[in-house]
Amino acid sequence: MFPRPIERASTTTRVAYQSFLPFALFLWLLPLLAIFLTSMRGAKDINTGNVFGWPTEFKLIENYYTVFAQTEAVKYLINSFMITLPTVAISVSLACLAGYALAVYRFRLALPLFFLFVAGNFVPFQILMVPVRDLSVQTGLYDTIAGQFLFHAAFQTGFCTLFMRNFIKALPFDLIESARVEGVAEWRIFWYIIVPLVRPAIAALAVLIFTFVWNDFFWANVLTQGEQVKPITAGVRALNGQFISNWHLVSAASLLAAVPPVVMFFLMQRHFIAGLTLGAVK
Amino acid sequence: MQTDISHTQSSWMSRHKLDIAPFIFLIPALFFFFIYVVMPIFQSLQLSLYEWNGLYDGDGQSTASFIGLENYRNLWIDPNFWISIKNNLLWLFLYMLAVPVGLLIAIFLNQTVTGIRIYKSLFFFPFVISQVVVGLIFGWFYNPDFGIVAKVWQFFFCEETINFIGNKTVTCARPVPDILSSADYATYGIIFAGLWPQVAYCVILYLTGLNNVAADQIEAGRLDGAKGWKMLWYVVLPQLRPATFIAVAVTVIGALRSFDMIAIMTQGGPYGMTNVLSHYMYEVAISEYGERYGYGSAVATVLFSIMMVFISYFLWRMYQDERRGA
Repeated sequence: MFPRPIERASTTTRVAYQSFLPFALFLWLLPLLAIFLTSMRGAKDINTGNVFGWPTEFKLIENYYTVFAQTEAVKYLINSFMITLPTVAISVSLACLAGYALAVYRFRLALPLFFLFVAGNFVPFQILMVPVRDLSVQTGLYDTIAGQFLFHAAFQTGFCTLFMRNFIKALPFDLIESARVEGVAEWRIFWYIIVPLVRPAIAALAVLIFTFVWNDFFWANVLTQGEQVKPITAGVRALNGQFISNWHLVSAASLLAAVPPVVMFFLMQRHFIAGLTLGAVK
Repeated sequence: MQTDISHTQSSWMSRHKLDIAPFIFLIPALFFFFIYVVMPIFQSLQLSLYEWNGLYDGDGQSTASFIGLENYRNLWIDPNFWISIKNNLLWLFLYMLAVPVGLLIAIFLNQTVTGIRIYKSLFFFPFVISQVVVGLIFGWFYNPDFGIVAKVWQFFFCEETINFIGNKTVTCARPVPDILSSADYATYGIIFAGLWPQVAYCVILYLTGLNNVAADQIEAGRLDGAKGWKMLWYVVLPQLRPATFIAVAVTVIGALRSFDMIAIMTQGGPYGMTNVLSHYMYEVAISEYGERYGYGSAVATVLFSIMMVFISYFLWRMYQDERRGA
C-alpha cells in the first residue's frame, strides 16, 4: 500500500494525521458549509453583511418555506425529475443493446462504430447546438420536457455504450458460446444471460447519467425559454435574478438543486465510482 | 416446393444470423445517435459557411444564404474570438493542475484510519453538485463587499477605525479587489472555482487507482530502499497510468467544455474578457442582438477542431489498447 500505512508510523505522526484530517475536510468543504449556513440565515444577517460569519438567527424552515411558496421551485424540481428519469431509462436500455452488439459479435464495423460512440460523447455541445435547436423547433419539441430528455438520451447513449461494451467484453465469452451451441436464440442470450450479468453496470450508469443530466445547464438554456419546462439548474439562475441580494433564499434554492444528486451519490457510491472510472480502473 | 423455399430461407437466416443480429441490436441506439449527434455535427460544419438568423420564409424554406468562408474571415479579425482562444488556452493549462493536486489529495487520503471512508466520500462532494451552484458560491466568495476573499484582504491590508459616535470606517492600504469585475483576474477566479469539482473528480480516479497498486511491488521497492518521491515516481505512478490517462482526458475535455461557471459568474464579462469559445459561441448564436447561427457555427467549428485533436489522440490510445487486448 502506498503511502506507508499511518498505523506503522510513530504516535505523533498518527495523531497529527488524524487531527489534520477534519481540518482539511473543513477547508475543502468550506464553500458548501458557507452556503448551508447562509441558507439558514435571516434577512438581517444579509443586510448587515454577515454572509460568512456565524448566523445571528436561524431561519432554516422559514427560508425553505419562502422558496417553495414564492417561487416555481417545486415546478423546477419536478421538471428536473421528468427530464432526468426518462433519459436514464432510454439511454441505458439503448446502450445495453448496442453494447452487447459491439462486444459480442465480430464484424468489421464493430470497432469503427464503437469509436463513433466514444468520439460523439466527447464533442463540444456547441457543435450540436444550432442544428439540435433548429430540429426541436421544427418538430415542436422546443420548450418541452420531451425535447430535452430525447436529446439527453441520445447524447448520453454514447457514454453508456462505451461503458456497456467494455463491461460486456470483460464477461466470460464461453457462456455465450455454449448457449449458442445449445441453439439458444440471440435475443434470448441477451435477455437471459447478459442482462442479469450487467446489472452492476446498469446501476453505475443510472447514477452517473442521473447526475450528469440533473446538473445540465447548457441544454436547459438552449432548448427552453419559458418557466414551464425549465429544470432546477436553470431555475436557480432565474431565482438568483428574482431574489437579488437575498442570498439566504438563493442559497436555500441552490441546496435544493444539489440534494438529489448528493443523495443518489451517497446511496450508490460504489456504483458511482465504478462508473466514473469508466470501468478502466478497477 | 413451398416447404423447400421456407427451408432455404430459414437456413439463409440461420447461416447469417450472426451477421444480422448485431445490427438489429444496434439500430435503436444508432438511430438516436445519428439524429441528435452525428448529423448535427455535419450540419454545423455546413452552416458555418452560411449566414442565417434561424428563420424560415413562408414556404418553410430556410433563409440561410451561402457566404463561403466569410464567417471565418470575420472570426480572424474578431478581437473577442482571440480573447476566447487565449482564455481557452489558460483554462487548458491551469485546469491540468487538477491532476497532480488530485493525486496528492488521494495519496493523503489513502489510509485506513477509522472513519476514512466517510472522509473520502465527503471529499468527492464537489464533483456531484451542479456547476451552477459552485459558480454561485464562488461568486459570493469573491464579492468585494462581504465575500471571504474581501474579509481576508481586510484583515491584512485594512484598518477599521470607530469614530466617537460609533461609526465604523474601513481604510485600506490597498483597495479590496473585485475579482470577477477585473479584466486581469476574472478568468483566474473562474478557473479556480472550476478546479474545485475537477480536483474532486481526479481524487476519485486516483483513490481507485491507488487501491489496486500491487502491494508486492511496493514491498519490493521498500526493500530496495525506495521511499517517498522515488517510490511514487518509479513504482506507483507507472501503475497508476490508466487512472492518469482518464484523469487527463476528462480534465482536457472539461476545460474545453467549460460553460456553466462562466455563464453564472460573469457571462463572459467584463467586456468579454472571460469568454471562452464555448460561451462566446452561445453568445453570438443566441443573444439579445439577434441570432447569428452561421457565425456561431463557425466558432463551434473552431472549438470542435481543437477538441478533435485531443479526441483523436484518446481514440488512438484506446485503439492501441484494443489491439493489445485482442
